[in-house]
Amino acid sequence: MPLELQLSLPLILILILSIKIVMVDAKFGNNKTLGFVTALAGFIVVFISAAFTLTISPEAIASLNAEELYSKGTITYGGFAAYFDMLFCVAAILTILAALPYFQKENSEHNAFYSMMVFAVAGMMLIAHSANLLSLFIGIEIMSISFYVLAGYFRTKEKSIEAALKYFLLGAFATGFLLYGIALIYGATGSLSLPEILTKIAADDFSNTYLTLGIALMLIGLCFKVAAFPFHQWAPDVYTGAPTVVTAFMSTAGKAAALIAFIIVARALFVIDIGQAAEIPDFQTNAIMIIAIISAATMLIGNITALVQKNIKRMLAYSSVAHAGYLLMGIVANSPQGWEGIIFYATAYLFMQIGAFIVLSVLERKTDKNLDLDDYSGISKSHPFLAAIMAIFMFSLAGIPPFAGFFGKFLLFTAAIDAGFTWLTIIAVISSMISVYFYIGLIVYMYFRKSNTYPLEADMGSAKVTLIISTACVVILGIFPSLIINLINNFF
Amino acid sequence: MHELIKFVPAFPLLGFLVLSFFGRNIKKEAIIGTIGSAAVGASFIISFLIFLSFAANPPDSPHIVSLFTWISAGDFSINISYQADQLSILFSMIITGVGFLIHVYSIGYMHGDRSFYRFFAYLNLFIFMMLNLVLASNFLLTFLGWEGVGLCSYLLIGFWYDKKFPGVRITWTGDAGNKAFIVNRIGDFGFLIGMFLIFTTFNSLEYTDIAGIAAANTSAFENTTIITIITLLLFLGCTGKSAQIPLAVWLPDAMAGPTPVSALIHAATMVTAGIFLIARNASLFALSSTTMSVIAVIGASTAIIAATIAIVQNDIKKVLAYSTVSQLGFMFVALGVGAFTAGIFHVMTHAFFKGLLFLGAGSVIHGMHEEQDIKNMGGLKKYMPVTYKTFLVAMLAISGIPLFSGFFSKDEILWYAFSNGSFLLWIVLAVAAFFTAFYMFRLLKLTFHGEERFNTKRIHPHESPKTMTVPLIVLAVLSAFGGFLGIPYVLGFGLFEHTNLMELWLEPIFMDANIILNHTAGHDIHLSEYVMMLISVAIALLAIKAANSMYSDNLEKSKKIIRKFKSGYSLLWNRYFLDEFYFKTIVDPILSLSRSFLWQFFDMKIIDGIVNGSAQLTGSLAKYLRRIQSGVAQNYAVIMVAGIILIISWMVF
Repeated sequence: MPLELQLSLPLILILILSIKIVMVDAKFGNNKTLGFVTALAGFIVVFISAAFTLTISPEAIASLNAEELYSKGTITYGGFAAYFDMLFCVAAILTILAALPYFQKENSEHNAFYSMMVFAVAGMMLIAHSANLLSLFIGIEIMSISFYVLAGYFRTKEKSIEAALKYFLLGAFATGFLLYGIALIYGATGSLSLPEILTKIAADDFSNTYLTLGIALMLIGLCFKVAAFPFHQWAPDVYTGAPTVVTAFMSTAGKAAALIAFIIVARALFVIDIGQAAEIPDFQTNAIMIIAIISAATMLIGNITALVQKNIKRMLAYSSVAHAGYLLMGIVANSPQGWEGIIFYATAYLFMQIGAFIVLSVLERKTDKNLDLDDYSGISKSHPFLAAIMAIFMFSLAGIPPFAGFFGKFLLFTAAIDAGFTWLTIIAVISSMISVYFYIGLIVYMYFRKSNTYPLEADMGSAKVTLIISTACVVILGIFPSLIINLINNFF
Repeated sequence: MHELIKFVPAFPLLGFLVLSFFGRNIKKEAIIGTIGSAAVGASFIISFLIFLSFAANPPDSPHIVSLFTWISAGDFSINISYQADQLSILFSMIITGVGFLIHVYSIGYMHGDRSFYRFFAYLNLFIFMMLNLVLASNFLLTFLGWEGVGLCSYLLIGFWYDKKFPGVRITWTGDAGNKAFIVNRIGDFGFLIGMFLIFTTFNSLEYTDIAGIAAANTSAFENTTIITIITLLLFLGCTGKSAQIPLAVWLPDAMAGPTPVSALIHAATMVTAGIFLIARNASLFALSSTTMSVIAVIGASTAIIAATIAIVQNDIKKVLAYSTVSQLGFMFVALGVGAFTAGIFHVMTHAFFKGLLFLGAGSVIHGMHEEQDIKNMGGLKKYMPVTYKTFLVAMLAISGIPLFSGFFSKDEILWYAFSNGSFLLWIVLAVAAFFTAFYMFRLLKLTFHGEERFNTKRIHPHESPKTMTVPLIVLAVLSAFGGFLGIPYVLGFGLFEHTNLMELWLEPIFMDANIILNHTAGHDIHLSEYVMMLISVAIALLAIKAANSMYSDNLEKSKKIIRKFKSGYSLLWNRYFLDEFYFKTIVDPILSLSRSFLWQFFDMKIIDGIVNGSAQLTGSLAKYLRRIQSGVAQNYAVIMVAGIILIISWMVF
């Protein structure tokens, strides 16, 4: 097989899967489990093919001549792209495993769910692979449109529909800025290819005003996608209104995809300042300062608002906003170290956040019952397993060692300090401290409150697999972070 | 063969995991006991196999077996890796060998205990941690084991947490566990700081790296302040774990735990961790003559002080506890005068005979229905013949009667204290040796001889079951003959080149340290060595004679002597008021400071004020922010537009 074909195999396979799953739905729409099985098997195959491309040596990939390739350099192969392919597939597998019992419980199984999941993953993978602003935009849109649909998946529930509509309206608004920004950057540099834009900027061959404006607009669009302040307000509403399993997927894999888009753009537009770069352009200094302020505001607002939430799903939704703030610190650091921090934290966050949401989905009852803190009083007695792993996820989200979240924060904070953003790190530490209050608060409810008179029911089914994998990863990555760190060290 | 070393700690870990997860469901004690013992036995077999391969083909440098990278941050990287060399294998054999016997013994001793599985799980965890301590190839892994054994020790001292245990400001066994843990923290603090300084000085925590750098730059490092500080800090750690002055006070109270624990942890293995640490870093310690002198002086003072306290104790286990403290002092003297081999040799023989003494004591306590006061015993010889005979062997060994193991190891220490140290050091140790033989035979007389001072109607002493007596017999054989591994050269009368197998075995380990200290490997025969040997035998015999006559039939004679030396007796009975001294000078002032100033003023007024104030601030902020989240999409768009205008104007203008 030619090398390019081998490298693009994950993308080809996810496209085949996208077509196949629609046909499965059309032909066997009544068979409720067939969509699940197809999607699960498909994601596993894509995962394996992506893992395979990760074993191809970076030197061999670098030796490919862009002009001779079919993709003409619009696609990045191997390295972090392959890693994110795997990560998105894992997130999708964990989600659909938990979705099966969840939708059975809610009496709303449709194969369409699995189709949308496949489309979303295809969009995310395209984002991770893009080396061109246009393919990046297409990836983001495929993902976003799938998300709009997924958020409104409970088409008979008012809250779900409200979430979808709100998400769509504001998302369309933000997409306009993103696209306009891309157009301006194209106008300023005459290219959509990110490597070419990089060389143009380095050679000072661009129109400063248009580029600056283009970057500002792109920044706005991307900040909306990662749900950063002041473009974050859709997130709590959408995350609360959407089906819990969808929220688990959107708030983790979706966030990771938006962040990798951020990294790809930042690598092309910003010079890495390691002392020898002759001159940092003004637009870079300004943009990074803006991102730093956005990052600080996002984590503070996310955590402070989460403090007063009585509904756990909403609390986790706000905390998800705060985590976007932490992740942006890696962009602020603008260094390989910072990007590696993002990748590690996105990985850790994926497992702990999916785990936490899936615990909610297991205990949740129709019409959004059993989502309040009070409902969780004393469940350590009736559900010792769920309480124990929920406690692990909370500790990890709060950044307490020896769980994965701690090392992610550690890497991001050190990257920010090395880049000279000590004030940002101080704010991050303060907001982490605030977050400890509500994360541990849930543990207090679970372990130290008297249990309710009515015990919650839990039917886990295949969600148990999700929970065990997530817990294992949160613990293993916390104790042996070098497993991942060694892998991502040579991506940048 | 040495690659197998990674399996040595693996088995006890497996045993611990199996017992702690499934132990509750295993109803049969025999199965639990077998799992626990087999895990340690398997480790012993592997250690023994590695030992055989080393004996056939002695390695010149340690074999390092790396499992995986534990921590990696910048240029700092620590592996989980084990070091197989003569020293670590010897310790591993002692730990797993004696440990195995004590596990078997515990099956009988703990029979009927409600937490039978928990006991074996802790014991397995302890063995795992102890093996990490001695097999580690770097300081950090050793420290993990060091803290781990401390934790196990704490858990096991308070194993019967609802049992009363009297002591200075101690009422429950849990208090004794706390005391052991807290006193050890002080030592651990020294260890930790020492470790940091080692990393800044040598830029590595690997033993082989440090020893290599130290040996290559002897003149640059010798007697420098930094080396002295590092070694003194490490030694502070050793005084904690090995119960030396000033941190000796915890060990006697550690006797609150079940007797097999006292034997395994507080006599045979964990307390020798300090000796191990110094031996492992012998070439580092050899670089500071100040530290070496401090070690010798502390060791000698501990040896004599603990030995004198032991002669007035009435609790059978406390006598043995003070005896342990005193014997550890002997070992530290050996290290302090540079006789590393002699120190390690004594670790081994001591593990045999002190383990035996504790297990024998356990057998007595078991047979006497939990009676521990030797004043209420006597005449047990005829009820417990096996226990009596094995106990006697251990006593002869610790007292230094020729041909028993303790004779060879203790005599070597005494000789080196004289030849490498000073005459004064020798005198102190000789007097301590006198007291050792004395308190031991006092214990023997009061427990097994004379009239029966217990209520024969209520208590019917009986011999212990086979699982307890067989380990006693095995340890008795080792205590009797284990000494032949280290026959002093002079007893070969110049006819044999290698009489001291121990020295031959450990020679590559201590080569660098001996070069630094100018100790030549060769031997001369000094007449004085024979003389000293004879003197020490005479001392032991004299002490036995004295004990025999003082405690012949009943307690009358000893009571008379106590009345005669009332103030001296009270000083010893109260352990030189060491505990009271610590409470008055350290604990109480700290408590009152923290109560009146730190708690009532600083914490309640200032900290709580700040905390509550900031919590209120955040809370009201949150309520305000929540109001902005109106749920209306148009409002969100307005806020977005405001943000967009701000960002664009910042970027463009």
